[in-house]
Amino acid sequence: MSEQDSLWFKSPPPPHHPPEPPVRKAPEMVAITIDGAEVRIPATATILEACRSVGIDTPTLCFLENLTPVNVCRICVVELAGARTLVPACSRQIEPGMDIRTDSPRVRLARKMVIEFLASSVDLSTAPQALEYARRYGADSTRYGTSRESDTSHDRDTRLPGHHHVPEGIGAETVEQPVKVDNDLYVRDYGKCILCYKCVEACGEDAQNTFAIAVAGRGFDARISTEANVSLPDSACVYCGNCIGVCPTGALMFRSEYEMRQAGIWNESKQTSTDTICSYCGVGCTLTLHVQDNRIVKVTSPIESSVTNGHLCIKGRFGFEYVHGGLDQQADG
Amino acid sequence: MDLHFQGPEATPDEKAAVDTVLGPPTSAWSGGARNLEEEGRSTLLGGHAARAERHLLLPVLHAVQSRFGWVPPGALDYICRRLTIPPAEAYGVVTFYHLYSATPQPASVAHVCDDIACRIRGAESICLHLERTIGPEGSGGWKRSPCLGRCEQAPAALVLNSGESQVAVSLAPASATEIVAAKSSAEHVPDGFESLRTSIPQFGDKSLRLLGRAGRVDPGDLSAYRRSGGYAALARAFELGPEGVIAEVLSSKLMGRGGAAFPTGRKWEAVAKAPGRPHYVVCNADESEPGTFKDRILLEGDPFAVIEGMTIAGFATGSSRGFLYLRGEYPVAATRVQAALAAARSAGLLGEEILGSGFSFEIELRIGAGAYICGEETALFESIEGKRGEPRNKPPFPVHVGLFGKPTVVNNVETLANVPLILAMGGEKFAGIGTAGSSGPKLFCVSGMVERPGVYEVDFGKTLGDLIAMAGGVAGGRTLRAVLLGGAAGVFVGPDKLSMPLTLEDTRAAGATLGSGVVMAFDDTVDLGDILGRIAAFFRDESCGQCVPCRVGTVRQEELIARLRNGETLGTHQDELALLKEIGQVMRDASICGLGQTAANAIESALVSLDAWPERKESR
Amino acid sequence: MFGAGGGTNSYREVEETDVILLWGSNARETHPIFFHHVLKAIHNGAKLFAIDPRRTSSARWADSWLGLDIGTDIVLANAVGREIIAAGLENREFIEHATTGFDAYRQAVEPFTLESAERETGVPAREIQAMAHAFAKADRAMICWTLGITEHHNAVDNVLSLINLALLTGHVGRYASGLNPLRGQNNVQGGGDMGALPDRLPGFQHIEVDSLREKFEVRWGRKIPAKRGWNLTQMFEAMEHGDLRTLYVIGENPVQSEADQSLTRHRLESLDCLIVQDIFLTATAQMADVVFPSAAGWCETDGTVTNSERRVQRVRKAIEPPDGARDDIAIVCELARRLGYDWVQPDSKSIWDEVRELSPMHAGMSYARLEAENGIQWPCYDDSHPGEMYLHSRLWERPIVGPPAAFHPVENETPIEKLTPEFPLRLTTGRRLDDYNTGVQSGGFSSPLRRGESLDISPEDARNLGVEEGEIVRVSSPRGAVEVSVRIDQGLRPGLTFMTPHFQDEVATNILTIDATDPKSGTAEFKAAAIRIERLGAK
Repeated sequence: MSEQDSLWFKSPPPPHHPPEPPVRKAPEMVAITIDGAEVRIPATATILEACRSVGIDTPTLCFLENLTPVNVCRICVVELAGARTLVPACSRQIEPGMDIRTDSPRVRLARKMVIEFLASSVDLSTAPQALEYARRYGADSTRYGTSRESDTSHDRDTRLPGHHHVPEGIGAETVEQPVKVDNDLYVRDYGKCILCYKCVEACGEDAQNTFAIAVAGRGFDARISTEANVSLPDSACVYCGNCIGVCPTGALMFRSEYEMRQAGIWNESKQTSTDTICSYCGVGCTLTLHVQDNRIVKVTSPIESSVTNGHLCIKGRFGFEYVHGGLDQQADG
Repeated sequence: MDLHFQGPEATPDEKAAVDTVLGPPTSAWSGGARNLEEEGRSTLLGGHAARAERHLLLPVLHAVQSRFGWVPPGALDYICRRLTIPPAEAYGVVTFYHLYSATPQPASVAHVCDDIACRIRGAESICLHLERTIGPEGSGGWKRSPCLGRCEQAPAALVLNSGESQVAVSLAPASATEIVAAKSSAEHVPDGFESLRTSIPQFGDKSLRLLGRAGRVDPGDLSAYRRSGGYAALARAFELGPEGVIAEVLSSKLMGRGGAAFPTGRKWEAVAKAPGRPHYVVCNADESEPGTFKDRILLEGDPFAVIEGMTIAGFATGSSRGFLYLRGEYPVAATRVQAALAAARSAGLLGEEILGSGFSFEIELRIGAGAYICGEETALFESIEGKRGEPRNKPPFPVHVGLFGKPTVVNNVETLANVPLILAMGGEKFAGIGTAGSSGPKLFCVSGMVERPGVYEVDFGKTLGDLIAMAGGVAGGRTLRAVLLGGAAGVFVGPDKLSMPLTLEDTRAAGATLGSGVVMAFDDTVDLGDILGRIAAFFRDESCGQCVPCRVGTVRQEELIARLRNGETLGTHQDELALLKEIGQVMRDASICGLGQTAANAIESALVSLDAWPERKESR
Repeated sequence: MFGAGGGTNSYREVEETDVILLWGSNARETHPIFFHHVLKAIHNGAKLFAIDPRRTSSARWADSWLGLDIGTDIVLANAVGREIIAAGLENREFIEHATTGFDAYRQAVEPFTLESAERETGVPAREIQAMAHAFAKADRAMICWTLGITEHHNAVDNVLSLINLALLTGHVGRYASGLNPLRGQNNVQGGGDMGALPDRLPGFQHIEVDSLREKFEVRWGRKIPAKRGWNLTQMFEAMEHGDLRTLYVIGENPVQSEADQSLTRHRLESLDCLIVQDIFLTATAQMADVVFPSAAGWCETDGTVTNSERRVQRVRKAIEPPDGARDDIAIVCELARRLGYDWVQPDSKSIWDEVRELSPMHAGMSYARLEAENGIQWPCYDDSHPGEMYLHSRLWERPIVGPPAAFHPVENETPIEKLTPEFPLRLTTGRRLDDYNTGVQSGGFSSPLRRGESLDISPEDARNLGVEEGEIVRVSSPRGAVEVSVRIDQGLRPGLTFMTPHFQDEVATNILTIDATDPKSGTAEFKAAAIRIERLGAK
């Protein structure tokens, strides 16, 4: 660097105009009707965004702002005049003149059935959002019979496509199966999995691109699986925790949270959450520290963060332990 | 991509099986020997080009499955290295299709059809016999299978013997003894094309348009095809130009023959005008609707007609590449199509500059691996792309976003077989065949309890009664109890509908459907509850599992049918019927694709039209 | 070159660029969330070129990997520049409008033909050419780098050679085009912003410019030395010569992080007084005369840090520090009090407001705005200024605002430490996903990925040396030796080996590394030592 270069000593003057991204044409506003009221919405919006913009609370389970909509849970369906079937609000883009009903009997029935189907087949005990929808839509999962004694619960990971035991008796089949605890950081309890695909998306193209997990099997036997159903330590997993970050049912959980829950000491009402910046590399990821009794018990990242989009790496997610090591902790490289 | 490989190293045999499809690897990166010239300083690694190879996944899996009878983990890892696919995703694909196995299984597996048409023709006793003689389902080297598409000669079985050259024996009618014998056969000489005649009761009828060649003209002989008028339509297409071809197809009023009955010309027009490039043509030959076998007959009997139809579709829509996706249970059709493609290619009827027209077009045969859902057009695209056959939400429609995300025209086999006819006779004349709302000839798959099951070609307008009469009426002169129209996704009608013309408009008006042309008759000896249980099981098995209404709804529906059959109802009988209705409603309203949307149709129609479960008793 | 040092673009711009040259960076593992943005770009169709001696996990995503020899970056960059000019792909209009020194640059790169570059770097000429063309032809293109560029004895020249490419093609000062060094620590950028550099006051204001310095003198009521201080390397040399007798180390662990560990230890031992302020009793702290236990900045105190896209972001106190540990502000104020200056202890906000008062580039960043806008990118001159999404847009204004940007022709210098028959293998160092620098922080959690230190070598070298995966070997450089287990890596070619600094207590990698440093930046050449490998007798 030449010292004759005056820029070395003095900053250049600022540009006349602060730099801006290329001008994108603002989307056209189009008129649609939602529940009888005409509203004008940007043409690029989805029905879900349109509903939210006018204050209509549309239930979602598989939708998350930082993931590509997969529209598989179908709880967000709405009625669209002229359409043969209901349409998913989360992925369907609006079109001029759409006449949408968000609370018709058909819509309410579909939402009630979806949540009944889930509640009758999945353990929703750590899925507060789903339980709230069940209340809202009057779901009664007992209509399908009590959960079937599942002597085959251990074999869900190896079931073959196209073959199942013909039901006997009057029970409702569930996805119950043993909890997978095979490493120090994650617990996978697929008896709580509603197969929303969020973890697969977060592990895959929408964030981490590690592809350690995918959906395997088919139909009711479809499940989230590593390659050949190996344990996480044998899989491609890099423990970014982004799957846990997006899981809506607690099927995926930090081991620390799982153990605190098991011990009966997990207490969200006593927890604070504070946003700060990760202490590791220079990317500057926003961390939300969830603290109980002056200990960090969980780390997440806000979806709105332009740095992280809600996703972290193993160090940001789990690398906080050292602050609880105390002053006597030796640098143990 | 920074893929992670943990599994065992592929054996030399496993690598060899993969290399038969992909050629030898060029570097350690792709699973071969280390080659510092290629990979020490620079290589393509996992960039865009490498990731674009994924569509070869199913062909490679077939090579491994047919060699070893399953997909060993080392082989799967090696495939993933070669094609830059995350192993977890590849495992997800293997475990999606029921003709692949991720776990070891016997080298020979007999797939025994126990679906509707076969179970009323003795499939169950074959299964019992096999269980007694060779062992339980699975480990005994046999499995129950959904419809194998040979309903006209039920019961059917498909024996797949893995080995250096796989032997696929398609048996119909099958007996347990023949099945056991086929399991040890090292080579199988398929029947000659003349044997198709037994599946075409109208054989010899000079007026047949679609079935005219089947069983008569050697499907392996291109010049025979041309002598019988073949490829005149393609030449005509070149004279008309793409827009002219589309105009003819529009004026023919040809409706798709796969089940949805969408105007073919409009589809072609939309693709031709779609701005994205390239465009693709896909022939949907994943004929898996229980009771359907017409496309198999066309492909086994007249493959060039379908290829010519596809080529014309490619010309009209500005496509240079086509895929023919054939279900994996049709080994004979696969062989004949593959041979026909090769013959067309060497005669310059596929490839660069066809007939000196300046138009280039190539067709690849892709084989399915056991998944009814892949007959759904977007699931079929996913499957060609090397993925699980999970349907996409629509819109966007395939004409805009189809195969590889590009504008795609996807047509059924029978639809494409009509195309040469249209160009030969002219669209308007074609439109004159049949009725105002349903033009042209139509193939019907007549099976079940009729005297002469088979594929029938009629002009639109014949009634259901006509067709059953053509098939010789109910077998043994027994009483007709019900007819299943359109397959498992269709509806049951009672004898009161015999006078209904089998047209799109008349069936629609009657709340029925033609679907894929299934007409399956049941006499009064058939246990309808058993049939409905099988249909419910079918949808549960074949649901891809993606959306909640279908994934769980098909299970709840099956459980409910079982309760009704056992008389162990929850609440009153009426409560159960009301619940069944709600299950059907949410599947119809909220499922992603046609599978879930139609999974309750046949069952509900049986309750309504046939009074399948008159109230017997209050539950406990 | 361009005044204040910082990445020119925002992360969101990365997602919309067309070509990315990832040069000397394994961002997939070392900057994982930045790489998420790169992956978005890739899925949007961007081409990724990875320039790295190793076939890293980042390189595995690339459309093309250029596996150059260690220390030949300038040859490669100059050859790219020459090829762009030879093919007529340079951005003439931009060069004329916004740069100076092009002719000298053209002459300087003239000898760097594709053929000679292939010879010197080992990268096939066709790959160099393809990258040159793709970069020059792209509408938007970025160069991102990390320590593979800067941990060399000629680090600054390396950076200049990349800047030249951006000037040549006009890939700077525009949306989604630019130059982006990725910072290795959460506030290394912020430290620079705040004047933790030998020659700078807060806001990159040069201490030797009277008007700038006087502004601070007026505000602080004290004279400030008018000459720049020592950089890290110079400090260690000053210790050697006895010119530096007292050292106050805040949040650093030089015993383990500096190259040539034995020498570093010797130099620290020679001090009269060593003060260490840290949250750990690090290896350096264990040598100290006085240790100030401090709170963890990121979760036990309030303040700000600046990231690699120049975004100033708030850190907030979430937990109480352990008994006896104090906030850095409190420690400094207490020290001042003991030295006779009773400062009223300020809070972080009032200190920040003082920064805003004195540093024009931070002036608009009130705490309220930092909270509301999830951080702001500098420069941000006043309350209504949005902060600059990308830097140097002035170069594109007509007429240009301020002086043009200068080409700086640079020549290549090979690594200081040459390979010899005695030390025939090249050792380079880098980092892994789940560990961090010397492992002091990351060692605190149990990572299922962690497998301890290893010497990564190519299959060919393993075969030649007769060593197996997992075997413990002795690795020696001219400065010392360590024992470490062998790991065979297909991503290495013969002659190239790799280690990390993560497990210094078990395997002191920095005993091996060389402290040859760049006189301009003071960075040591961690990326290029010469070693030999010996088997440890019969096992």
